Parts: sequence; C-alpha cells; structure tokens
Amino acid sequence: MTSTLASLGEDIAAACPQAVLSWGERLGELRIDARREHLLALMRTLRDDPRFAFVQLMDLCGVDWPERPERFEVVYNLLAPVPNRRVRVVTTTDEATPVPSVVEIWPAAGWFEREAWDLFGIVFEGNPDLRRILTDYGFEGHPLRKDFPLTGHVELRYDEETKRLVYEPVKLAQDFRNFDFLSPWEGMTTLPGDEKVYRG
Amino acid sequence: MAEVVIGAGETGPGAAIRTHTMNFGPQHPAAHGVLRMVLEMDGEVVERADPHIGLLHRGTEKLIEYKTYMQAVPYFDRLDYVSPMCQEHAFALAVEKLLGITPPPRAQYIRVLFAEITRILNHLLNITTYGLDVGAITPALWGFEEREKLMEFHEAASGARLHANYFRPGGVAKDLPAGLTDRIAAWCDTFPKFLDDLEGLLTENRIWKQRTVDIGVMPLEEALAWGWSGPCLRASGAAWDLRKAQPYDVYAEMDFDIPVGRNGDCYDRYLVRMAEMRESLKIIRQCLARMPDGPVKVQDHKITPPSRAEMKTSMEALIHHFKLYTEGYHVPAGETYTVVEAPKGEFGVYLIADGTNRPYRCKIRAPGFAHLQAMDRLAKGHMLADTVAIIGSLDIVFGEIDR
Repeated sequence: MTSTLASLGEDIAAACPQAVLSWGERLGELRIDARREHLLALMRTLRDDPRFAFVQLMDLCGVDWPERPERFEVVYNLLAPVPNRRVRVVTTTDEATPVPSVVEIWPAAGWFEREAWDLFGIVFEGNPDLRRILTDYGFEGHPLRKDFPLTGHVELRYDEETKRLVYEPVKLAQDFRNFDFLSPWEGMTTLPGDEKVYRG
Repeated sequence: MAEVVIGAGETGPGAAIRTHTMNFGPQHPAAHGVLRMVLEMDGEVVERADPHIGLLHRGTEKLIEYKTYMQAVPYFDRLDYVSPMCQEHAFALAVEKLLGITPPPRAQYIRVLFAEITRILNHLLNITTYGLDVGAITPALWGFEEREKLMEFHEAASGARLHANYFRPGGVAKDLPAGLTDRIAAWCDTFPKFLDDLEGLLTENRIWKQRTVDIGVMPLEEALAWGWSGPCLRASGAAWDLRKAQPYDVYAEMDFDIPVGRNGDCYDRYLVRMAEMRESLKIIRQCLARMPDGPVKVQDHKITPPSRAEMKTSMEALIHHFKLYTEGYHVPAGETYTVVEAPKGEFGVYLIADGTNRPYRCKIRAPGFAHLQAMDRLAKGHMLADTVAIIGSLDIVFGEIDR
C-alpha cells in the first residue's frame, strides 16, 4: 500500500511537473499540493490519464488558516474506484483570488464549490451557479471562517407587534465560555480575589 | 402542498401555455424533510429543478470546532438521524487513525453488528416511506413495527433509541447488556419472513412498478461523475462497496455479497436496498456467531474513561476521569479523510487536528448532498409526480445534507 502510494505520487508529479508543488504521504493517505494556476490541467490529467483514473470527486472543502499569507486551503478528495485509490489535492487562495472551478471536469463540484463560497467566501472562477447554498437567504458573512464568531452576529425572532420576523444583534444571557486548555496556568487568570491583585 | 408562484401564461381560451414556476416544499410530506424545490414546469413536465437546501443548517462543522473530540460524537447522530451509528463510526475511525490506536476485537464486532442493524433501520425507513410517497401505505405500517424492534436493540446497547452516542473513538461506550445477543439472534430468525412479506407488497406490485421502473434513470458514467456512492451507485451497475473495497473494523472477515442493479432507475435503487437488508442480516449473524469476549474500548485511560469501580479505589483513575471529561484528550497534528459505507453511501469525515483537544476542522461529506445535486439531471423531462418517486429513491435526509 505504502509503496504504491509513493509511486503514484511520483507519477503524478512527473505527469504534471508545473502543477505539483510537493507531494507527501501520511497515515496511508496521499496529499498533493498544487499550484492554483495549473490546477485544471492537473485535475484533467488525474481524471483522464488511465494510470490515475480518478473519475470521482468525493469531497471538496475549504479550510481557513488566518495566519497564513494565503489563508484558505481548497481540498479536493478524489477517488479512483477501479485501482481503488484515493488522493487529496490541496491548493491555496485568499479572499480575493478566484480558484478555477472543476465543475467542467466533475459536475459534482457544483454544489461543493457553492458550499465553499458560502461558508468561507472562496471564489470559484467558472462555476455557473455560485449562489449561497446552506445559509439563509440574505445571510451576510462567511460562517466557517475562524474570525466569524460561533454565535453569529444576528438572531432571528418573530415579532408579535409588527407580525413579522425581525433580525437583531445577538444578545447572550450568559457570556460565551471558551476555555483555554493549552496551558493549565495561563488559562487561570481570573481566580476569585484576583481583582484585588490587578486593581493597580 | 405545492403552489403556483408565477403564472406566466395568459388565461382564457386560446392562450399560449408557457412555462411556470412551482414551489415544491419546504413543507411537503414527500420532500422527506425541509427540501424546497423550485420547479420550472411546462404543463405537467419538469423542465428544470432547482433544489434549495440549507433550511436545516445548524452549523455542525462550526460547532465541532469548539468542542472536544468526545463532545463532537453526538453531533454525528444528528446528521443523518435515521442511521446514527454509521456516522459515529466514521468519526471514531478518523480520530482513531490520527491517534494511532485500534479498538479491541470485541468493540470492532459490536460496531459492525450495530452498523448493520442501523443499515436495516435506514433501509426500512427509506423503502416504506418511499412506498408511502407513491401511494402504498401498508409497507410503512408494517416496517415501522420492525424498526421499533431494532430501536429497542439500540436502546438496550446505548440507552437511547435514536441518538445513540455509542461508538466512541477507542471502542464503544459500554458493553452489550446480558442477553441482548440472544434477542438479536431471535429477531434474525423472524426478519426474513418480514422481508418476504414486504417484497410481496411491492416488488411485483403493478402500481409500484408503473411508478418506479424507467423513472430517474442514471447511467453509470454519469453516476460516477456526479459523485454518487452507496446503493444509488450500485443500482447503476457498479459493484462498489467500501465495506469490501476499503474494509474497516472487521468487515474484511465478513462474508457477504454486493447487490448490483442494472438500469439505474428508481426501481433498481429499491431492489438494491431490499437485497442489501438480506446481506446485512448475514453480517449480523456472523458477528453474533464470532463475537469474542474481552474489553470493548482501548485500555488507555487517557482516551477512554476508566470503569466506575476502579474510580472508587484508584486516585489515578479518578484523575483520568476528571481530565477526560473536562479537557478531553489531545490529538496529534495531522489530517485524514476517513470514509465508511453508510446506508446512504460514502460518508466521509475530513478531520484536521492541530495538536489541541479540539478538531481544527471537521468537514462532513454527506452522501445525500451529492445525490440530491443530480436532481435537475434526473427530473428533467419527467412528470411532476415522478419527482416524488425520484426523491424517495435517492434516500435523502436533510440532517446530513444541511449539516
């Protein structure tokens, strides 16, 4: 299994040298980092070359890494049922730069790209139907970005007086509790009595 | 019910009939949940179908990013709420892969056993409500009784009929209660008779065949391109089953067949599910026969809780318990795309761990999402009533599609 995956990675890198930035294998899964500009050529090769035959796009999703220069990763999980192999292709982008759409190669990409646009704000160039898909009609923002709060910005309720639904800023009865477990000491800054210490 | 939104044609005699747009759902008994479908109709014929999803979106993926790995498990029950344990299975396998642990054999057998019980639960619900959609009411009345028996097994094992929270990273939550395997074995002897009765109601039924044969045909190549998987893909002729192709837990040791359809229409999708239930029964029998004794979770109490008895006497066990239920466990940095053959198709979890006690990203790949996406392709040129049959045959549940 391991050696076949490694040779598959080598073959893909040899078939599309300008598109493949790097490839690596971990936990029995092959990951290929691809250049955005040459993504379509790589994807076409992966589907059409009989050595690869990745005829199925099983999953496409975004990942947000806000501290990186290009904050979004776009992850394509491909499946070749006949040699029974999977590969993960990853490319990067930022808020403004579009990623070429693979909807021409796999029609399944259509909704997955809409979802990545909806939840992350990743723009796909060439997708004919890039509407929001999961969030509400008229929703603002991209909720799966790391800088989007878990509680959201607005809440919805039915207003008895005006007889319609109204949006209001979120009011929490209790503050959102986010515990820091990375260090047991640094997380504990607000012990009872601490106000006497930090009063200044 | 469906309502006409825009009547584009003039009224009166001699007026030209033009396309009009209809709203199917979001509150429609045949929409299997909250599906809103905007249909462009030419008379009674569908010209374009545009499913609007997301009405049940609860932000599961975002919520999981703010929960520990153990707290994330119950969210998976609430995705496809008619096959809860199969989805926990995917998450448990993904976390186990990142942690580099393997659950003990008994846990693996229990998981396969309950994954197959869940598959039968799912297929029973789908086939019977699908029958209901196209006019057959008796299958639903019979099937739900059978489902109730299976949910009693769920309840006996996990404490809950539906939202089990039973498969955990590292094994299962607790061992099976005494006598449960005998009850399941007894049920296994009665179920084939029920399946025969159910097939007697539907398989050769004239109305059923009129409504489903040659409706919503999906050729194999297109099914692959649309990202189909599971029974829908097999109905189109691919003998592709992750339990065989990429086996997990003890599926590799199980002896069962993959039913494959020929025409890829609504009727074949029904036949494949029907045959799959009999195969699941085979797997259940094998699990019961071969189930070994032993622990049901890995004995590393950094990952799984210690026993109650141990906590009464051992300080270390008490500390483990406390740490586990407050901080949880830290998963080493890494990423994995782990899949299981859920009853509806390939259910995948793309999990990124960053070394903390919470997932950095947990993308859930729902099979129904890809199936429903092909709705426009399937419904085009069919009558309005056929879209109901197509939706039923795709086995969609909005918990997993909207997430």
